[in-house]
Amino acid sequence: MNKVSVYGKGLTKSYGKTEALKSVSFSVEKGEIFGFIGPDGAGKTTLFRLLTTLLLPDSGAASIEGLDVVKDYRRLRQILGYMPGRFSLYQDLSVEENLRFFAGIFKVSISDNYHLIADIYEQIAPFAKRRAGKLSGGMKQKLALSCALIHKPEVLILDEPTTGVDAVSRREFWEMLIRLKQSGITILVATPYMDEAILCDRVALIQHGTIMATGSPADIIQTYPHKLFRIKSQNTLQLLRIMRQMPELKSAEMFGEYIHIGSSPNKMNESDIAAFLNQNNIRQFDLEPMEAGIEDCFMHLMKQQSST
Amino acid sequence: MRTIFYIVQKEFLQIFRNRMMLPIIFVIPVVQLLILSYAVTFEIKNIRLFIADSDNSVASRNLSSHLRSSPFYNIVDETPDPSVGTDLLQSGKIHQMLVIPRGFEKDLALANKAQVQIITDAINGSAAALMNSYTMSVVNDYNRAIIAEIAPDAGQPVAVTWSYWFNPELDYKTYMVPGILVLLVTIIGMFLSGMNVVREKETGTIEQINVTPIRKFEFIAGKLIPFWIIALFELAFGLILAKFVFNIPILGNVFLIFSVASVYLIAVMGIGLFISTITDTQQQSMFIAWFVLVIFILMSGLFTPVESMPQWARNLNLLNPIAYFIAIIRMIMLKGSVFQDIINNFLILSFYGLSMLLLSVWRYRKTT
Repeated sequence: MNKVSVYGKGLTKSYGKTEALKSVSFSVEKGEIFGFIGPDGAGKTTLFRLLTTLLLPDSGAASIEGLDVVKDYRRLRQILGYMPGRFSLYQDLSVEENLRFFAGIFKVSISDNYHLIADIYEQIAPFAKRRAGKLSGGMKQKLALSCALIHKPEVLILDEPTTGVDAVSRREFWEMLIRLKQSGITILVATPYMDEAILCDRVALIQHGTIMATGSPADIIQTYPHKLFRIKSQNTLQLLRIMRQMPELKSAEMFGEYIHIGSSPNKMNESDIAAFLNQNNIRQFDLEPMEAGIEDCFMHLMKQQSST
Repeated sequence: MRTIFYIVQKEFLQIFRNRMMLPIIFVIPVVQLLILSYAVTFEIKNIRLFIADSDNSVASRNLSSHLRSSPFYNIVDETPDPSVGTDLLQSGKIHQMLVIPRGFEKDLALANKAQVQIITDAINGSAAALMNSYTMSVVNDYNRAIIAEIAPDAGQPVAVTWSYWFNPELDYKTYMVPGILVLLVTIIGMFLSGMNVVREKETGTIEQINVTPIRKFEFIAGKLIPFWIIALFELAFGLILAKFVFNIPILGNVFLIFSVASVYLIAVMGIGLFISTITDTQQQSMFIAWFVLVIFILMSGLFTPVESMPQWARNLNLLNPIAYFIAIIRMIMLKGSVFQDIINNFLILSFYGLSMLLLSVWRYRKTT
């Protein structure tokens, strides 16, 4: 068991009558990539703002590297790297001016920690004189990451770093995170993209201000209780309507052109489904068994949460 | 301290990268000084006057010729019928009418006493009062001429001689320009510094700043120092214009003006900054700053003397930094006052600056 780096217990925060976080507890080990996966409005940003000392919790406590987020905020700010969801660097300053400014206010020189950002910054170095506001989305994000890393933080907190970034840049960004992990930095990342969950060491699935499940992506997938098939036909909506009438079925959800259907293990097999569809005059379809993904687990947990 | 340096450096980079900034710094003072000091004047010329002379006698014509010969009047028409003048006054074609009733000359000869009527359009109260007093003084001249004619030996019981100190020719520019210099530094101090902090909120950059170890006072000092420097530069530029373009006397010590301005700026920047801490967008901040500034300017004694305001307004002015600085800068520039003369106002401004600064540092929150 590794040392705990970030720790939260019973964190609660309300804005007026809206409860953004309802008693959230978790712990992140040193040097791991920990993902908070959940849709918009799940409470990810509020949680991160509590951890980065920008908000005070209504109740509960959190600490990062042994420093309390309320009491030791001043020392904590020295060891945190934070990338807010919205691009928050100075658009009217150039790439290198931004980097120099953030190095300056952390009282470090760029050359001291350049090794940390070298392979990220080198990709934007050709545009060093360009204003940050004129960079593309992917380059902005690399600059923001460089600025968040320049003071060699022990913990890096990234709020939806890949939202609004193209698929190639997203993949590159995750490659950078995995390389960063090797230098021992603990990384917390919030994302609404389920496919990014498997890139994390451990994840917490978060919805309506509560954590529904925590664990490694493989562990979470293991807990998925149903047997899963995916099915596709010409008319997906019609197919979904019909499938939902099948009595033995536990779930039927649309995933792009496919419908994922779950049943209790051993209750149902492919021929049962085919027979049911034939009864309902659907003859042309692709049906195959499949392994559950994080998104299936998320949907399942979400339904459970709303039924209780 | 090095942190403050980095913030100041960053601010200057951003300020001079803003393409509007240099025009603002150099064009505003020139335009304000030109427009306000030449156009805004209390002197009234071209009073459009109508004379209703129902008497049409030697005496009445003599009175109207006094008015005709004055450079301030433009006689629109002269008829015996007063109702023509009433209509003209209604339609706004004249400012003032003089009614000389029938029997004016006879009354003057028989009773030594006659009446005339002056009717003035008082939509603009202060202009009306001025026009009225001009015409009154013309009528008085006329009176004196009559007395001299009737009793040449009587003379005048009290002889008055006068001189205007500190502004011998009652030059309006001499009075206005020091006040406008105050406006200049106020606008830079209050608007630009306050807006700058709100802009960081609006663009979200404050989020990134707030998680850094920057201390509150470092952030605020870093935000204020650049505009403090710019405003003092602006004052120097304005003083040079005043001296060499408008020939305004600067009798007192220029360094005294700058030391008062340095303290004064802290007070107005503190107000601007405080406004920025209680608002979220540049629009809100602009609106509140503008609201406060208009009240401060109108009450400051820039256009109308503070001494003639009602007591409650004068009490309110105790909170008006602009009033203090305008009073001080006029004293220094026109009267050559030294530090001992302004020490009270100076201390009040210092206290004001300090409290506004503390208030905004206290109100600025890195955490919500």
